[in-house]
Amino acid sequence: MTDTLPAVPVTTLAGGSFVRRHIGTDASAQQRMLDAVGYGSVDELMDAAVPRGIRLDETLPSSIPVAATEAETIAELRSLAARNTVRRSMIGLGYYDTLTPAVITRNVLENPSWYTAYTPYQPEISQGRLEALINFQTMVAELTGLATANSSMLDEATAVVEGMLLARRASKSKSVRFLVDTDALPQSIALLEHRAQAVGIELVLVDFAAGETPEGDYFGLLVQYPGASGRVWDPSAVFAAGSAAGAIGVVAADLLALTLITSPGELGADVAVGTSQRFGVPMGFGGPHAGYMAVRAGLERQLPGRLVGVSQDAAGQPAYRLSLQAREQHIRREKATSNICTAQVLLAVMASMYAVYHGPDGLRHIARSVHAAAAATARELRAAGLDVRSDGFFDTIQVAVADADATLARGRDRGVLLRRVDEKTVALSFDEVSAGEVSAGALDLLSIFDGDADSAPALDGGLFAERDAFALGALPESLRRTSDFLTHSVFRTHHSETSMMRYLHYLASLDYALDRGMIPLGSCTMKLNAATEMQAVTWPEFAGIHPFAPAEDVAGYLQLIGELEGWLAEVTGYDEVSLQPNAGSQGELAGLLAIRGYHLSRGDATRTVCLIPSSAHGTNAASAVLAGMKVVVVACDSLGNVDLDDLRAKIAAHADDLAALMITYPSTHGVYEHEVRAITDAVHEAGGQVYVDGANLNALLGYSRFGDFGGDVSHLNLHKTFCIPHGGGGPGVGPVAAKVHLAPFLPGHPFSQRGAAEFRGGPVSAAPFGSPSILPISWAYVRMMGADGLRDATGAAVLSANYIASRLAEHYPVLYKGDNGLVAHECILDLRPLTAATGVTVDDVAKRLIDYGFHAPTMSFPVPGTLMVEPTESEDLAELDRFVDAMIAIKGEAERVGAGDWPVDDNPLRGAPHTAQSIAVADWSHPYSREDAVYPFVGASDVDAATETARVRGKYWPPVRRIDQAYGDRNLVCACPPPEAFA
Amino acid sequence: MSRENELKYTSEHEWVDAGDGVATVGVTAYAAGQLGDVVYVDLPAVGTEVEAGSSIGEIESTKSVGELYSPVTGTVVEVNDAVAATPELVNSDPLGEGWLVKVSFEALPDLLDLDEYTSLTTEA
Repeated sequence: MTDTLPAVPVTTLAGGSFVRRHIGTDASAQQRMLDAVGYGSVDELMDAAVPRGIRLDETLPSSIPVAATEAETIAELRSLAARNTVRRSMIGLGYYDTLTPAVITRNVLENPSWYTAYTPYQPEISQGRLEALINFQTMVAELTGLATANSSMLDEATAVVEGMLLARRASKSKSVRFLVDTDALPQSIALLEHRAQAVGIELVLVDFAAGETPEGDYFGLLVQYPGASGRVWDPSAVFAAGSAAGAIGVVAADLLALTLITSPGELGADVAVGTSQRFGVPMGFGGPHAGYMAVRAGLERQLPGRLVGVSQDAAGQPAYRLSLQAREQHIRREKATSNICTAQVLLAVMASMYAVYHGPDGLRHIARSVHAAAAATARELRAAGLDVRSDGFFDTIQVAVADADATLARGRDRGVLLRRVDEKTVALSFDEVSAGEVSAGALDLLSIFDGDADSAPALDGGLFAERDAFALGALPESLRRTSDFLTHSVFRTHHSETSMMRYLHYLASLDYALDRGMIPLGSCTMKLNAATEMQAVTWPEFAGIHPFAPAEDVAGYLQLIGELEGWLAEVTGYDEVSLQPNAGSQGELAGLLAIRGYHLSRGDATRTVCLIPSSAHGTNAASAVLAGMKVVVVACDSLGNVDLDDLRAKIAAHADDLAALMITYPSTHGVYEHEVRAITDAVHEAGGQVYVDGANLNALLGYSRFGDFGGDVSHLNLHKTFCIPHGGGGPGVGPVAAKVHLAPFLPGHPFSQRGAAEFRGGPVSAAPFGSPSILPISWAYVRMMGADGLRDATGAAVLSANYIASRLAEHYPVLYKGDNGLVAHECILDLRPLTAATGVTVDDVAKRLIDYGFHAPTMSFPVPGTLMVEPTESEDLAELDRFVDAMIAIKGEAERVGAGDWPVDDNPLRGAPHTAQSIAVADWSHPYSREDAVYPFVGASDVDAATETARVRGKYWPPVRRIDQAYGDRNLVCACPPPEAFA
Repeated sequence: MSRENELKYTSEHEWVDAGDGVATVGVTAYAAGQLGDVVYVDLPAVGTEVEAGSSIGEIESTKSVGELYSPVTGTVVEVNDAVAATPELVNSDPLGEGWLVKVSFEALPDLLDLDEYTSLTTEA
């Protein structure tokens, strides 16, 4: 104890503290909850729950500053933003400025109904975003001329890698060679090199446009269309040759260009990949945006990631759902088509709405104006005596100059960023924004080339004086698109802002997001995404920056990134953090690739076995395979813990080839495993590395650190613990954190603005810092919570989970418990005894929760027949009680089924969820009442009249009845159904 | 009932109807129930040489994937195209219309009888 009293910081005063806004339970509520759980204080509870051997040394000083208020945090973010410089980017390379329609910014990007939703695994309460995603798939499939598109990929470069991996799966060729266009985006080539090496694929760079044809076999090939140089040429002969050789042809295509040039499908490509960024999604210094992938008919089952399809509900009405989930990592584990899990839903929604709002004619108009600006500039530069080295192009031209660096510097002085191609060549890429400026005479490009011209400029009236605004002059005649696209009525209806606003509201109104109530999904941490945290995302100083902008333009970003990396390293007990991975799955892959790099650097090439407990998330196994490792499963004991005997046996069996153990802490069973140190020690003694999956970090922050109990590397999910919203299934950020010995192998990037100071491993994302425009969210969260607030949030989350577990214990067995019978931040409710006794299934309970006004907890993971509940610290006691009351009431309903009051195939649970339409019938033939069907919660709890009225009037009405999962998989339809299907 | 008694079984939940050097193979009702609604069946090409115990196909439901293992060593002589087109046959009639492949064989390995198989599925 010190003898001076610290001044009470202003931030802890009631008016200023954000902590009390973030944590839903106040002191008096927590006291009532503690009474129910049987502890005197949160400290006592945490002392009992978290094993002593892994507790954080609380005397360590923290580098995290004392919590700031919301207003102070915004002011600090403003000053960071001011250190960035927004110039007109003409860098291109897959990133373009774009005009986000304000109706989309306001109603999607800044609307919690869209950004706080979860992945649509419960389709009945997700019809709005599923429709938006099927619009996205339809848009991509039609623009690319291919049969089926997924929704979505993490960025273009990872989509290219997924295209390569798909080609290897689907090709009949046994070759290990993949041909790569020399005119592919450089960041895509960098990712291919890193990822191909890990899985034994040999890359061959080929100048396809120059007519090069390689000797020997290959299983697939990649063409960039248009090329990174801007070149538009006809690759159909390349695809034909590939097809004849049994190879799969992959094309990385620009969606805006495809409105004017022949689609990849018509050219004979099997797979198209790319990004939808320039469809209204800000560059954001690299992300997030939605990548895409589309395949020809016959390759649907090979698609990675999520795929929305049409099925039907119990009333026979069309309804959307996620299709062919058995392809994915959560089911097929190490045999999955990919490790991708979180995608880029919010951004895919934005891109699809950009297409809905503009329609096919609007998109063509934008593309023509972009092309016209490029063509007019080329013409004028030539007229000025410059050597423009482009013939067939869409939006990008290359210009010969005396000294590229000098030209780039003149551009920067005039507020324009050009791309350096080589010492004597620069490139200019046009987009929707710069095209408008060229057209308006607001962009002076000619003066940038002072001294580069052979003869004096002879201009009279500016660049655009003689243009034909919609000329297609520089596109090869033979490649002009003749096929129609976006023919569905949804792309031809909502072109007024009124109609668009109402369509977006209509879709949002179909869905259940955090703005309606609790989403108690275990392992997903659906906590508050505070408005203040979200605020900076759309500021132009963060949103309007190209990922390859010069370092001098991004000082504010680099400071924010550096601070966040430092804070994340501190709270996890690691030495270094890379924010590059775009999702947890990519963080896992980056971490495992770092382990691989480490072993290889020591000459341990045989260390390739990755031990994974049977309870692990499926992504772990899928990621290990993609890192070139062999998965060996370790058993769990009856308490849900890693079976130490089996672990030791597996370690002994693989003594010479053990690469790593992947373990989740707290475990996927929601308990603080007591023996974690024994586990990590055993792996280290055998020469292996320990990967700790950080998915459940929300149960540890401020109490324990991965790096202190044996972790060598971890990924974190900023979209769980650190408040980035789930966006309906993305964006995510999955930083990888490591001890110093693995730091050299963390993901670097050839274009990182940190230059030599950047990590030196291969990249795992297209952009050097992944998705920087959403990093202010996590930065603001840490800044407003401070170290103490983060710790308080952990205690509150663990208290809430234990409160639910203890209140429900007599109704549903809690499957796994740790020390002193406590759970961590989530609990698994075992419904199997109930199912055995009554015939009511976990599906019935999950769907019935919708009638009660809830999003179901996680179903049947990690144990079939169970529900995993994670309330998070953000829910208040009234909401926790409402959930507990609903679960108890449902148990009562199930018992009536068991007692024979209701038949097992006709009762309120099996009939759930109930739509308004389903009860508005003259002949109600069910043995339960309409009131029981849709207002089961009325009068069931002792809430006051006003609250009860609000619950009745504000009831969430599901738009569809229970969806037939099998029908949708047996009758695969992944594009917008015709309007008459809904008749 | 009698058909169930006549069949042989594997510990991987296949049933085998072995006669005349050709084994007709499907998955048991227990396995079909565990898988749930079958939505896709991936079967080997006719003429494929298979080894006993090796994976020769997949049975996919909306929520899981089961592997099909060959109970015998031999050659695939026929696959059930009806089940490829209508995978729900695996649920509706696993021992009949839901058969999957026919494999010619030289020697029949030791397989389980109904009692042995039933005890296997009730233990777990």
